[in-house]
Amino acid sequence: MLKRLIYSREGVLSIIVLAMFFGVGVISPDFISLSNSVSIFNDTSILIMLALGQMLVILTRCIDLSVAANVAFTGMFVAMVNQYFPELSMALLIFLSLFIGALLGAINGLFVWLLKVPSIVITLGTMSIYRGATFLLSDGAWVNSHQMSESFIGLPRYEILSIPVLGWMAVAAIILFFWAMKFSVWGRNFYAAGGNPMAAFYSGVNVGKVQFYAFLVSGTLSGLCGYLWVSRFAVAYVDVANGFELQVIAACVIGGVSIVGGLGTVVGCVIGALFIGVVNNALPIIGVSPFWQMAISGLVIIIAVIANATSGKDKARIILRNPNANDEIRAN
Amino acid sequence: MDTTIKKSATPDSMFTSKLQGLLRWESFLVLIVFLVCVMNSYLSPYFLDPWNLSDATFNFTEKALIALPMAMLIIAKEIDISVAAIISLSSTLMGLVAQMGAPVYAVAFVGILVGAACGLFNGVLVTRFKIPSIVVTIGTMSLFRGISYILLGDQVVRDYPDGFEFFGQGYVYWVFSFELVLFAFFALVFYWLLHRTTFGRYTYAIGNNPTASYYSGIKVDKHRLILFTLVGVMSGVASVLLTSRLGSTRPSIAMGWELSIITMVVLGGVSILGGSGTIAGVVLAVILMGLVTFGMGLLNIPGIVMTIIVGVMLITVVSLPVLITLYKNKKAKAL
Repeated sequence: MLKRLIYSREGVLSIIVLAMFFGVGVISPDFISLSNSVSIFNDTSILIMLALGQMLVILTRCIDLSVAANVAFTGMFVAMVNQYFPELSMALLIFLSLFIGALLGAINGLFVWLLKVPSIVITLGTMSIYRGATFLLSDGAWVNSHQMSESFIGLPRYEILSIPVLGWMAVAAIILFFWAMKFSVWGRNFYAAGGNPMAAFYSGVNVGKVQFYAFLVSGTLSGLCGYLWVSRFAVAYVDVANGFELQVIAACVIGGVSIVGGLGTVVGCVIGALFIGVVNNALPIIGVSPFWQMAISGLVIIIAVIANATSGKDKARIILRNPNANDEIRAN
Repeated sequence: MDTTIKKSATPDSMFTSKLQGLLRWESFLVLIVFLVCVMNSYLSPYFLDPWNLSDATFNFTEKALIALPMAMLIIAKEIDISVAAIISLSSTLMGLVAQMGAPVYAVAFVGILVGAACGLFNGVLVTRFKIPSIVVTIGTMSLFRGISYILLGDQVVRDYPDGFEFFGQGYVYWVFSFELVLFAFFALVFYWLLHRTTFGRYTYAIGNNPTASYYSGIKVDKHRLILFTLVGVMSGVASVLLTSRLGSTRPSIAMGWELSIITMVVLGGVSILGGSGTIAGVVLAVILMGLVTFGMGLLNIPGIVMTIIVGVMLITVVSLPVLITLYKNKKAKAL
């Protein structure tokens, strides 16, 4: 049992992350202090939540490139609502961010579900559209911290048991996803639809609808993260989270979510995101210029996918899987 | 999309229907290009000035040079989203070589060589380890641009040798810039390569059915490797032009270009699922995007609004054929 745990992908990955974490701790003991650990987790919370949403999308053989643009639009929207109507309650604003995020995600999902257009093209398009819409909405202006209400900025920072609300939200998302992906039919359907769309179709799973749900969830989480991002950095502007979608996909890929669909776990995904979080936080401490960050995450993605591709277990799955199954269903 | 899959069962019908479909698509593009020209010249008296039009071509020639091999790569069912990062790395190394005092042609040669090496690297990862190209190139995208950041940090290189500016700013004859002439030349080369050689036919074959191509004796992996290298080489060429035009290099050069290049290819009628598309379509799409961007520039519409329009164009272009088939099917059922 223990052996299986250690040799599993998640096991190897967590050992690597822990080794990095304590390795940096040797150089700088402050790095592994409890308060710094909490702050690393808090820093990574948004990435974790977005990666969980992205995982659902990738499981169903799609990809969502519009998450960062969704974050920017929703963030700007709620920030401007807060700016002009500071007396509105936070509950309403959070509901609004979830709703707008879901709406933007649903647009992607509807195209994929009803028109069966490749998701990479649709989300490539909506990515520019949402980003451009952010500009139209704000007219290029920034919403700065003094234009935001106190509770708007304070909520994610409010500490419960010395962990900020932002971190708790990530914890809640992890628990919810872990339960849903393991024990609910709704969650298992994502694996079914991605692992073998043909078999899923004949078992009565509506593959298109499952893909729609994946985009809906990814969009909703992006909406929430839009508010969290703007509030955490206390500023909203058009280029918020520019290029962040690649980090989100990288977190999934490092965590072992297979880009051809059907493979991936919540735990792996979270560790993948934490890997990026630890690297980002460790670099300045060990005296490496932050300019190394991008190349390192690129290298890690490549090593992770090579490791994936060369491990025998996955190969067997790829042989068994009919790559055209998805198309065959669509032809029917 | 539904119909192409059904039709592919019989090779003959596949060929004719595809030919007809593409002819329709390209004539549709010609029509739109014409309409945009009429509209632009109606909206702005400065549109039809030859020098203005010539200036407008600088907006898209570099991207268009990459769109040509990218079209072939997408037809072969692969994709490369690291092209903008290749531009960045190639431009960075050109800058470093130029700082060491290399002559003009050595600088340009280094740029193209770095591009080729990056493309080869992508190709080896995809073919040797059988990894989907989208994941490989997401990784190399960070890696290539990351190396640029390591080498340059927040610095800017400006010391290019005299004469280097010709590639991006020079004119061959009257209003015809070097960039434009080079694009026209490569458009012909790629037209020949895709539509007049066995290499091109193999590209379609691989895109339609890689397994069948493999069993028919096509060296699928070698073919893919060549295509990736070709994309790399052209990214290197584009990098020489862009660096020369800007006269400076920073790691964030050409940020986000991969998206507009893929948009050009898809807009040109190349199926993102592989197997169909033409160079003529891509060239028309390039011209269309250039004209629309230029026209909106004349009307003082900000660049980011143009990205909305490009996004809408992209989605419309891929959804419209599907909507039409859905509508037709519904009609057929009703009868």
